Amino acid sequence: MFDVAIIGAGVIGGMIARELSVYELKICMLEAENDVGRGSSSANSAIVHAGFDAKPGTLKARFNVEGSGMMERVCADLGVKYKKNGSIVVGFGEEDRKTLEELLERGRRNGVRELYIAEKEELHAMEPGLAEDADCALVAPTGAIVCPYELTFAAVGNAMDNGAELLLNFEAEKIEETGSGKDAYYTVEAKDGRKIEARNIVNSAGLYSDAIAEMAGCGTFKITPRRGEYMLLDKTSGNACSCTIFRTPTKMGKGILISPTVDGNLLLGPTSVNIDDKEDFSVTAEGLDRIIAQVRREMPKVNTGSVITSFCGLRAVGDTGDFIINNPKRGFFNAAAIESPGLTSSPAIARYVAELIRDSGLEMKKKDNYIATRRAYHWFRELDKEERNKVIAKEPEYGHVICRCENITEGEILNAIRQNPRATDIDGVKMRTRAQMGRCQGGFCGPHIVKMMAEFMGVPILSLTKKGKGSFMNIQKTK
Amino acid sequence: MQDGKTEEMNFEEKTVDFRYDIVIIGGGPAGMSAAVQAYEDGSRSILIIEREKRLGGILKQCIHPGFGLEMYKEELTGPEFAARIAAKVREYGIKCMMSTMVLDVDQQLRVTATSSELGVFTVQAKAVVLAMGCRERPRGALNTPGTRPAGVYTAGAAQYFVNMYGYLPGKEVVILGSGDIGLIMARRMTLEGAKVKAVCEVMPYSGGLARNIEQCLNDFGIPLMLSHTVIEVHGKERLTGVTIAQVENVPGAGRVPVKGTEQYIPCDTLLLSVGLIPENELTVKCGIKLDPATKGAAVDQDRQTEIPGIYSCGNVLHVHDLADFAAQEARIAGAAAAKRVRELDRAEKEGAVEGENEPEKKIRIGLKTDGKVRYVVPQFITAREDVNVFYRVSDVFDAPQLTVTVENNAKDADGSATGEGTETLLKKKYLKLAPGTMQSVTLKKEMLERCTDGGTIKFGLS
Repeated sequence: MFDVAIIGAGVIGGMIARELSVYELKICMLEAENDVGRGSSSANSAIVHAGFDAKPGTLKARFNVEGSGMMERVCADLGVKYKKNGSIVVGFGEEDRKTLEELLERGRRNGVRELYIAEKEELHAMEPGLAEDADCALVAPTGAIVCPYELTFAAVGNAMDNGAELLLNFEAEKIEETGSGKDAYYTVEAKDGRKIEARNIVNSAGLYSDAIAEMAGCGTFKITPRRGEYMLLDKTSGNACSCTIFRTPTKMGKGILISPTVDGNLLLGPTSVNIDDKEDFSVTAEGLDRIIAQVRREMPKVNTGSVITSFCGLRAVGDTGDFIINNPKRGFFNAAAIESPGLTSSPAIARYVAELIRDSGLEMKKKDNYIATRRAYHWFRELDKEERNKVIAKEPEYGHVICRCENITEGEILNAIRQNPRATDIDGVKMRTRAQMGRCQGGFCGPHIVKMMAEFMGVPILSLTKKGKGSFMNIQKTK
Repeated sequence: MQDGKTEEMNFEEKTVDFRYDIVIIGGGPAGMSAAVQAYEDGSRSILIIEREKRLGGILKQCIHPGFGLEMYKEELTGPEFAARIAAKVREYGIKCMMSTMVLDVDQQLRVTATSSELGVFTVQAKAVVLAMGCRERPRGALNTPGTRPAGVYTAGAAQYFVNMYGYLPGKEVVILGSGDIGLIMARRMTLEGAKVKAVCEVMPYSGGLARNIEQCLNDFGIPLMLSHTVIEVHGKERLTGVTIAQVENVPGAGRVPVKGTEQYIPCDTLLLSVGLIPENELTVKCGIKLDPATKGAAVDQDRQTEIPGIYSCGNVLHVHDLADFAAQEARIAGAAAAKRVRELDRAEKEGAVEGENEPEKKIRIGLKTDGKVRYVVPQFITAREDVNVFYRVSDVFDAPQLTVTVENNAKDADGSATGEGTETLLKKKYLKLAPGTMQSVTLKKEMLERCTDGGTIKFGLS
């Protein structure tokens, strides 16, 4: 019997698990995919929003500003790459200026600090790559960038280091409540027949949180997937700008952003189209054309030809216009409809959900042996020659480079397979280590990593997948 | 990394752990050949640094025949061809560090590398030969719409699975791009029982060798669909199919799909053979500028880059059509590196002041192209002796004529050239020229004696 079962191990589920793992509680995370953070948490803009965008008085506004303030510390504790590079919203002409002034006012009401409007000269000195006719901008120095999947791995891993369990490929299909009052508990049954019991359930199932709420008998909202396509450019384009650059929002929406990433690439996107299919992660030719056209308008010199990959994320958009975070029935808690600014808000949402659970009557006593921090995935890369050689003397696999584009060593790859949450497929290693994420996209190291994983995990090569389920890398042995 | 600090190690404070006269980065056909030539020219302090466990580079996985026709006048497989050169490396006792990755090369000729055995270490050289080879363009670079399932591989990655590990990545295959590795894999997958449904090539001609189209496609009845590309990838977990379409050249927009020509092909595997890119990360990091046409360093006739003492050869310099040519080119670099070391040693013996013992400055004649000739190697010439110039063309040309002219510099700093103004150095007629085949012409010593220091030799097609 678990005290709390968290359905959905994305950044929200992971952060909640981490927040709860401070206490003497038995916690499990139920994840439908073969790895954590495979949904919206791994394909988004990777931005810590300052908080000027959300409507004052909403949960979005509150948790955005709170989360933005917490994020730097959370990232430091968890060893996650974070950089306070500042955000700017660029305006072209008088109409945009009016909108920017409204945003400035809204931001101040939301409690965002240090906001101001920069005029043309200052703006072009800040970002020399902007189109000549960009004439003013809202500047938010508290805007930052973060690695979203690393944050998810780190939050889940830290919760696991503190005793939380993770069940992968656990696709919840049925939720039943037994008993009443203090003895009441839920049984969650997966598609493959596995069952777990828990006194409390947190619904952080992203795109599927409406279905989970319905299983629990409180389906009061609907989630619509909103497609966001992105292009990731090579590191040779990574210094095109230093701030995250937004376009002034119009009736047509927020538009495409241009942002450096914490790894030194340049990210362009997202498009924004509501769709029906929660499984449709395809990138469209129209979407890519739109991104390229808008980026050319804002920063004509960005070389969109240096693209190394394009991808699509689906935002879980609710039908209330706000995050849905509540306790609709005994022992059942929603952390749903977490679209943008969900990544930014995640630490604040986690803190709030923990409060909701405590308020509902669960006894929460702090652990004596709680581990607050976690070693970063990239710790080795930050060492100098002498420090590296000390590590290599003890663990020689840190001297052996496997991924030649990103210089990732065998030691780092083995660490990704060993450290919580363990990578069990090829994309899992890629997202944790950056091996296969460079210019060759795994052309050279891909086969080596497949073999290393098979040997280390003691499984046949044929059983290895790209990302779980039927995504096998090889079909059969040769003749 | 809280402050976005770069991931690169700081190698400013270098302690030198080893010294070799010549350090060669890469133990493929080019790197090994450079080492062998340097040895044969008298060098005895040579180090090859290779990132994999064994010498041979990409040839280890090229188990098909077709190698060695130029160098040995017999047909060998890739591993056999590599073994011939590796045998020389062993016979000469040339030092090889295996499973060792070079992290940095600097302009002071210090090479920093890492291995499990030695950790991170720095080698001081008197000459460095870059021979890192090339890599395949991946899917991302094409920005193909659709999903991102398993089953999409570069042809070389699939070749590694099949030939090195003995696993077949799929059974129903579409190949995008008709580069040589794609063509070779079309045959290889067919021999393993897979069905190769089509090879799509976005251009109206193939970039592969004519013999490979004959032996790898036509002999097996595999259709080559010219002016076709993959416009969408389908499948959630594993690839389920691709949509292909014909393309046409629209001025200003490039080669775009033609509406109404879309075809869905069910398949579980998409192999990409859409171009090779020299692997020049170390070169760029060292501050050496690349030629945008070759994506390799700009070099002189000795394959020396703009940085004295750093040479580049083989596929890291420009993508060759045959491994034989890559190996032969590397011998030029190996010989030049050995010569440099001899000159430095002589200067040192004669007591030259430190830092002033670089070989004396030479003349400089630039080589340019007209666009129809896509690139030339070398990109500049610093001595008036016979120079073999490699070039490739940018399109298919029937009955073209190559014209090489020189535009002389009025101020001949060197003062020894006989020519002036613009004059034609040579003309050569061909039956046909295509991008897939590398060409070469020799600029004779007598021709170069007509070219002034600071002049430009232009390669054009008509």
